[in-house]
Amino acid sequence: MTTNALTSKSSTSGRAGDKIFSGAALGAGVLILITLFAVAVFLLIQALPTFFADPAEISGGAGFFAYIWPIVIGTVIAAAIALLIATPIGIGVALFISHFAPRKVAGPLGYLIDLLAAIPSVIYGAWGYMVLAPALVPGYEWLAKNLGFIPIFEGPASQTGKTMLTAGIVLAVMVLPIITSLSREIFLQTPKLHEEAALALGATRWEMITTAVIPFARPGIISAVMLGLGRALGETMAVALVLSTGNLIPSLIKTGNQTIAAEIALNFPEAFGLRLAELIAAGLVLFLITLVVNMIARGIIARHKEFSGAN
Amino acid sequence: MAKRIDVNDLNVYYSKFLAVEGVSINIEPKSVTAFIGPSGCGKSTFLRTLNRMHEVIPGGRVEGQVLLDGDDLYGAGVDPVTVRSQIGMVFQRPNPFPTMSIKDNVLAGVKLNGQRISKSDADALVEKSLRGANLWNEVKDRLDKPGSGLSGGQQQRLCIARTIAVKPDVILMDEPCSALDPISTLAIEDLINELKNDYTVVIVTHNMQQAARVSDKTAFFNIAGTGKPGKLIEYNDTAAIFSNPEQKATEDYVSGRFG
Repeated sequence: MTTNALTSKSSTSGRAGDKIFSGAALGAGVLILITLFAVAVFLLIQALPTFFADPAEISGGAGFFAYIWPIVIGTVIAAAIALLIATPIGIGVALFISHFAPRKVAGPLGYLIDLLAAIPSVIYGAWGYMVLAPALVPGYEWLAKNLGFIPIFEGPASQTGKTMLTAGIVLAVMVLPIITSLSREIFLQTPKLHEEAALALGATRWEMITTAVIPFARPGIISAVMLGLGRALGETMAVALVLSTGNLIPSLIKTGNQTIAAEIALNFPEAFGLRLAELIAAGLVLFLITLVVNMIARGIIARHKEFSGAN
Repeated sequence: MAKRIDVNDLNVYYSKFLAVEGVSINIEPKSVTAFIGPSGCGKSTFLRTLNRMHEVIPGGRVEGQVLLDGDDLYGAGVDPVTVRSQIGMVFQRPNPFPTMSIKDNVLAGVKLNGQRISKSDADALVEKSLRGANLWNEVKDRLDKPGSGLSGGQQQRLCIARTIAVKPDVILMDEPCSALDPISTLAIEDLINELKNDYTVVIVTHNMQQAARVSDKTAFFNIAGTGKPGKLIEYNDTAAIFSNPEQKATEDYVSGRFG
């Protein structure tokens, strides 16, 4: 009988690490899926009564859809303001740290930005409520006076400054460190080879960044913005403190509007029965919004996969 | 097109470290000059000073003169960006931009500095540059595909096409074949022979046969030991360097009796 010389005699000892690792990796992956699934199931079951209830019994008395859509819009507006402000600033700061600042400045600056992410949201809320909102009032008055013909700046401006725009700005400050830190890491990973290729063609530093760094970092930037968006969509405390809520209105500088997360946070403690189901249904909607936005972002990244440099 | 390079007593420093000392060399237009020497002898560093790419490395600076047809690259008010657009460089590892198509790679340098180019001009330039790099027939059907999908040798020729698309006076090559197989190397060497008709080519190589095959003149660099600056030992016609070198060190190196 011939034995195969390639069958290892000590196959168990060296492979144990492999097995443990693959088991742990699989376990972690499955755990995430289970968690996500459990959250979705919980939300669905708890929210179910809302969808079968008499429309008149829902808050506002006109059914769930009429209740939810103004705060969905409000959520999207707040997140959009935050990202519109934070994305360019975040990318700019990240580029400054990774490619422009002298090393002595870059290190501490990066550390400081990371610290911003560690500040609890209630502190941002308090700051937005006590410092930022009053400080913005003159600006809002100016906007109402000079640009009031644009619906989003329609006056009269809020005298407390506790408006959608203030909430958006506070959210922007909160998501800024996320976008900055992640973008910076990606920018630093741009292969030197590609940067030198651009420079050797006669690129200025800025052109080197637009030809080599930004295209390379694009998927990473999108991921960074998505994580920032996640925080902006789900932020409760800061918005609850900064925004004095009301009905959905186009003006960003008047009292009004509401976001899903803040709506849940403000009403949850006293909610029971159908009201509780309503709030959980609102949470379900927020969950779906995040899911859809993330899928769109993945789609954008996948569309450019061929050109990602990963091949 | 195809300008001469004259270097007068050039010292290259990285911060305080003197990497290359006292190099003077005259490189003729429309010729191929090879730099040979052991690893760490400063030949690549010196090559980079010819288009100021050494400044990309923190602390990199030079003393001395590098003249491109009499104009000092290091003169007051000279922008390295302008220098590099006239003196192109091909690197050791092929580095096409992974996020760009083959066509966009070729046009990458042309579109810099806010220059606009009409579509027909762009197409003509892409074809001309790719033909100039002996790559046109292999890629003409997939110009919109990513450059990173090509083989290593094709990628390197794409990089050469990208370099010649900006119409430089001089092309510097830093061990352009060291990551390539023999067939691709041959293709690049043939290409260097053709490039000589229009450009001044300077190539750093570890491969002495390659230096002997492609160059008109050869410069041998050496270092006395670790931590010592690299120096230009001998510079002469390639035939003379390989068959009848003046310096003992050169003879030892080219005959393989080094060290």
